Amino acid sequence: MNNFNHYYDSETTRQVISVIVMNEHNVLSRIVGLFSARGYNIDSLTVAPIEGSQYSRMTIVTTGEQRVIDQIVKQLNKLIPVLKVNEHKNVIEKDTVLMKFSVDNNLSDIDVITRAYHGSIQNVTDDTIVVAATDSSHRIMNFIKVMQKFNPLEVVRSGIVAMER
Amino acid sequence: MKMTGAKMVVEALHQEGVETVFGYPGGAIMNVYDEIYKQTNFKHILNRHEQSSIIAAEGYARATGKTGVAIVTSGPGFTNAVTGLADAYMDSIPLVVISGQVPTTIIGTDGFQEIDAVGISRPCTKHNYLVNRIEDLPKILKEAFHIASTGRPGPVHVDIPKDITAEVADFEYPKEVDLPTYKPTVNYNKKQLKKAMNAIANAKKPLLYIGGGAILSNCAYEIRELAEKLNIPAVETLMARGVMDDKNPLFFGMLGMHGEYAANMAAYETDLLISLGARFDDRVTGRLDEFASKAEVIHIDIDPTSIAKLVRPDYPIVGDLKVTVKAMLEASNDLEINDFSNWVELLRDYREQEPLRFIDSDTVIKPQWAVKRIGELLDDKAIISTDVGQHQMWAAQFYPFSFPRQWCTSGGLGTMGFGLPAAMGVAKALEDTDKVSVNITGDGSILMNIQELTTCVEYNIPVINVILNNNYLGMVRQWQTMFYENRLSETDLSSQPDFVKLVEAFGGLGYRVSTKEEFDAAIKDAVEKKKPAMIDVVVARNEDVLPMVPNGHALNEMTLLTGGDNE
Repeated sequence: MNNFNHYYDSETTRQVISVIVMNEHNVLSRIVGLFSARGYNIDSLTVAPIEGSQYSRMTIVTTGEQRVIDQIVKQLNKLIPVLKVNEHKNVIEKDTVLMKFSVDNNLSDIDVITRAYHGSIQNVTDDTIVVAATDSSHRIMNFIKVMQKFNPLEVVRSGIVAMER
Repeated sequence: MKMTGAKMVVEALHQEGVETVFGYPGGAIMNVYDEIYKQTNFKHILNRHEQSSIIAAEGYARATGKTGVAIVTSGPGFTNAVTGLADAYMDSIPLVVISGQVPTTIIGTDGFQEIDAVGISRPCTKHNYLVNRIEDLPKILKEAFHIASTGRPGPVHVDIPKDITAEVADFEYPKEVDLPTYKPTVNYNKKQLKKAMNAIANAKKPLLYIGGGAILSNCAYEIRELAEKLNIPAVETLMARGVMDDKNPLFFGMLGMHGEYAANMAAYETDLLISLGARFDDRVTGRLDEFASKAEVIHIDIDPTSIAKLVRPDYPIVGDLKVTVKAMLEASNDLEINDFSNWVELLRDYREQEPLRFIDSDTVIKPQWAVKRIGELLDDKAIISTDVGQHQMWAAQFYPFSFPRQWCTSGGLGTMGFGLPAAMGVAKALEDTDKVSVNITGDGSILMNIQELTTCVEYNIPVINVILNNNYLGMVRQWQTMFYENRLSETDLSSQPDFVKLVEAFGGLGYRVSTKEEFDAAIKDAVEKKKPAMIDVVVARNEDVLPMVPNGHALNEMTLLTGGDNE
């Protein structure tokens, strides 16, 4: 018999999953509860209704061994309000970040770097400036790292949305 | 037709053909109970604890295959019911459990007897609903029964706020369910089945590993036919007892932690494990990477998540077991199948070498003897329920089961307190037959739902409780002896009630027996009188359940009984 220890390489992989669910009471807690009850990871989760339908799309980024990811997909499918689960192989992923800085920084440096990450200045007050950037997830992480030198006052990330190519 | 939400509930139960409902009223569910009072379509049994209502409904469902129904109130009524829900969930028992909830206007304000019921029941039900609008109620009730009983069965919980049960709306009970998101796979993949059948045809030591799914999909007789037609030996999990008939020469016992030597050796040596509705539970497999390590695996299950959860099968087949086994029978007509008689002979040798046995005594009743004796006295007349612990394993090992649904036990969750209410549900379900509902229990477990003796007496439900009384929390005591250097931490139950007086106080029949003659007389008397009864059997105190595969060991590494003569 095949034991998993021998079968799958136990390397952890990152997987983007989109789940089409009925828009109903409790559905988010069902999904999140499934992950926590079975010890699966959620690295990112976004939800929004699908236009003109009774469904919503959830985009979940998870990491785990292939065996675990297979189970996650099957367990999600088993939930009654879940219509469809897509395990994405080849996707465009976008993540958005909002960052707030003090205006005492060098604003032109902030502007240049933000534009390099497809972002722009969103708002300026007497004290603070807010920039936003949307890009692939790892570029957004880079962006946040680079911007640390301006001592951000606040960082808000949206989580990942994804679409198959 | 216009009616209140409460009337809708009663009407829906009627239209679903429900005959018996178990439950307990309270504030938030009173509107429904008022309608129950006014109707005559189903009988309501008033348990004395909500946990028992759910478990009694389970007993009813396990005995009949129908969906069990229970009704409880909000708050503590519901939280008491949770153990029953979890029990049904783990063993895939179809139930619809309806709970009252505080009015929608109060929800979220920490109202009296308010608790987030659907939040609690979510991980221990197949599905659950909080009814927000009266318009949704008929559809939700219809869906609840549909979801509970189809695919892999399970409990469905419907939480109904009190204002919804009071509100009036149009009632039309849907004829059909249309759930675009719920379509269980019934039909097996034909290509996979063909491959699996070829593997069977060419195997040398195939083994049918039968699980509770065989009971749930009502295909015991098809499986027997498959075994006999192809001459394949079979073993059962705890949940599958009764599928094969213990007298069947191709049956080699229960496997697992307390499995029979031949059954565990069969699993160890097989080269093709054919899993029929089983799920590779840790109590069955022992050390997982050694389980059936020489075998390819065919895994047939209606639930895709059961497949490749713990072992990766070579031939995964998702489908209803009955449909699939029938197809296997048919497909076998066109195949030249190996002769497995040497393999069957080998297992017979194993059985002869090391049969399931115990060392009997003339001076004291051995618990195994008591189980065996009930089998001799009542045989296929009894439906056996159990609680959880040593007595449960002895019952599984030594009772001569001969048909499916003769056995009613808490397998997955292992709920002490299960036996009495479950046996009550069984007795209620089979009240028009000549079957006797027997609860084999322990002195620890029986006290966990003892109040149900009142229910049994009130409705004259003739459950015979046989307490294998060793004054210990026996299974834990056994582990303490074996693995904790005999430090008996909190397992000595010497302080206990006078069970005879206790059952008499409830209005039932009480017996205390310490000899074999007294035992026989008590069983016969209780069966004859057809009244709720409790037989307190003083048994040998330090008996262990054997064989035993210690935790983390492979199935072939059994601790066996030593001494005595092989019977």
